[in-house]
Amino acid sequence: MADYLDEMDGIADEADPTVGDLEIQNYTINFGPQHPAAHGVLRLVMELDGEVVERVDPHVGLLHRGTEKLIEHKTYLQALPYFDRLDYCSPLAMEYSYVLAIEKLLDIEVPLRGQYLRVLFAELTRICNHMLNIGAHVMDVGAMTPNIWVFEIREQCLAFFERASGARMHSAWFRPGGVHQDVPLKLLTDMADWLDEFPSFFEDAMSLVIDNRIFKQRNVDIATVSKDDAVRWGFSGPMIRGSGIAWDLRKSQPYDVYDRMEFDVPVGTRGDCYDRFMVRVEEVRQSARIMRQCLNEMPDGPVASSDRKVVPPKRGEMKQSMEALIHHFKLYTEGFHVPAGEVYVATESPKGEFGVYLVSDGSNKPYRCKIRPTAFSHLQAMDFMTKGHMLPDATAILGAMDVVFGECDR
Amino acid sequence: MANGAPTMSSNEGVAATLAKSLGAAVLDTVEAYDEISFTVDRKKLPDVMEKLRTKHEYQQLVEIAGVDYPDRPERFEVCYHLLSLTKNHRIRVKVTTDEDTPVPTVTHIWEVAGWLEREVFDLYGVLFDGNTDLRRILTDYGFQGHPFRKDFPLTGYVEMRYSEEAKRVVYEPVKLAQDFRSFDFMSPWEGADYILPGDEKSDEKSEDGDDKGAKE
Repeated sequence: MADYLDEMDGIADEADPTVGDLEIQNYTINFGPQHPAAHGVLRLVMELDGEVVERVDPHVGLLHRGTEKLIEHKTYLQALPYFDRLDYCSPLAMEYSYVLAIEKLLDIEVPLRGQYLRVLFAELTRICNHMLNIGAHVMDVGAMTPNIWVFEIREQCLAFFERASGARMHSAWFRPGGVHQDVPLKLLTDMADWLDEFPSFFEDAMSLVIDNRIFKQRNVDIATVSKDDAVRWGFSGPMIRGSGIAWDLRKSQPYDVYDRMEFDVPVGTRGDCYDRFMVRVEEVRQSARIMRQCLNEMPDGPVASSDRKVVPPKRGEMKQSMEALIHHFKLYTEGFHVPAGEVYVATESPKGEFGVYLVSDGSNKPYRCKIRPTAFSHLQAMDFMTKGHMLPDATAILGAMDVVFGECDR
Repeated sequence: MANGAPTMSSNEGVAATLAKSLGAAVLDTVEAYDEISFTVDRKKLPDVMEKLRTKHEYQQLVEIAGVDYPDRPERFEVCYHLLSLTKNHRIRVKVTTDEDTPVPTVTHIWEVAGWLEREVFDLYGVLFDGNTDLRRILTDYGFQGHPFRKDFPLTGYVEMRYSEEAKRVVYEPVKLAQDFRSFDFMSPWEGADYILPGDEKSDEKSEDGDDKGAKE
C-alpha cells in the first residue's frame, strides 16, 4: 500500500525507476517503412518528446535495386528503361538527363521537331507529377476531394503518354538522338484541346485548398527553410524556389528548346510547406503555358537524328534496304560506341535537379553512370526541418518535399 | 555546340583562374566536353573546397560520385560536383584514394555531404575522415561488402527469401538456375580480348620482328 501511495505522489522507487517517473523520457517510434504518408518505403526513426519531434533519422535504401550497377552491364540503349523506373511519377524527366548526357558525349544534334516533342512531353510529365504530389500532399493533411479530382487530370496525362509511346508510365520514349517515334497529329490537337479544358478543372480543385483555413493551419510556417539553408543542404527545384531563390535549370541552363520558351519562375516568400505547395501549383500553370508554345511553334520534320550509327532506321526502311538492316542489327546487338570521357548533365525534373554523371570508356556500355537523385538531399534535411514540430506535421513536410523512393534509393 | 545539352556560363579562363588560385593543391586540370574537372591533392581537399565555396562562389555541392578503376594504384576516384548559383557554372573536383586511405570529409562545409559520403562509403568502401555518421545507407541492414566495386559480382553473394519453416527472412548463398549471361557485344575487330583461331600465328610473326604481321 505504501508503494502505491508513493507512486501516487510521484516518488520513484530506486529499485524500479520506471515506476512513478518524475521526468517523462523521450521515446522513439518508427514511422514506416509501411505507412501511407511515407510516400513509399521510408523508415523514419523519430525521437518524440510527447508529440513534439526532437530528432528524425530517415532510413532509406529499402528500395535499392542497384540500378547504377545494372546500367554498367547494359548497352546505352538497354539502360534507358531503367530511368523510367527511378522516379516512376515522372518517367520522361528521368530519361531526359540520360539521353542528353549521351548526346553530349556523342555530340549529335537532335532535329527541331524532336526537341520540341521532348520539351512538350517533359512538361506534360511535370503536370502529371505535380498532380500526384499536390493530391498526395493535400490528402496527407486531411483533405480528400482535391486528390480525387487531380488524379483525374493525372489519368488524362497518362493517356497521352500511352498514345505517344504505348505505355502509360514506363514510356522509354526519349532516345539518344531524339524520340522513338513521331506522334500523330490528332494527339497534338487533342492535347491542345485538353490544355484549354484542364486548367479550369485544376483551379476548381485548388480553390478548395489554397485558401482553406485548415489547409493553411497545417502548412503555413511549417518547416521554414531559409535561403542560406536551402543552398547549403543542396536543395533544388520547388524546394529551393519555395525558399525564395529563383533558380530553375530550364531558365538558367536551358537545354533543347527551353531557351525559346517564355515562362515565369515562381518563388516563395517564407520558405514553408505552403510556399512549396504553391510553387508547384504555379508550375502547373507555367507548364501548360510552355506546352501551348510548343504546340504552336512545333515544326514538321524528322523526330530523331539521321545519324544511323546512333539512331536505328524505321522498320519500313529496314525491310527495303540492306544497309538499314545492317544498322538495325548492329544497333540492337552491339549498340553504339560512345567516345571516352565524362559528363555531368542535370535537368530540371519536376522534383528538382536530376543529374546523370556518365563516365564512358569508349565501349558500348557505360563505365559508370551515377544518378544524382533529387530526394537524397531533401530527405537528409528532414531532421532539421522537422525538429520542434508536431508529429502530424512530419507528413505535411514529407508531402511538400515530394520524395519518390524509386529515385531516392535507385 | 550542336547537341541540346544544358548550357551555362562560358568556361573561358575559368580553369586557369581557379588553377592559379588553388595553387599547388591542383594536380591535374582537364577541360573536355565543355566541363572542367580538377584533380586535387587528397589532403588539401577541405581547404580547396572551402576556398571554392567562399572565394569562388561555388555555393552548392550537388553530388559526390565514386568511380572504381581497379587497375590504378589508387583505385577509387571520388568526384565532387559543385554548382555556382550566382555564376551559373559547374565544376568537378576529384580526389583519388584506395581501400584503406580515408578522404577528409567536407561535412563541415556542406551539411549535404553527410549522406553523399555515406553513399560512397556504402557502395565503394571509401572512408571519410571526420564524418561522424558513416553508416551504410542504401544497402540492407547487416550487408557485407561494397556492391559497386567492379570486382563485386552483379548478382551479389547472398539472396534472401521468407522461410516458412523458420518463420522469418533467411539469407542464403546465391544459386543461379542458369549461368549468368554476360554477352560479349563487342565486335571481334574491336573488343575481342580472347584468342581467336589463327591469332597464335600473328603473335609468332610479330615476335620474329616481321613488320607485316605487326601492322596487321
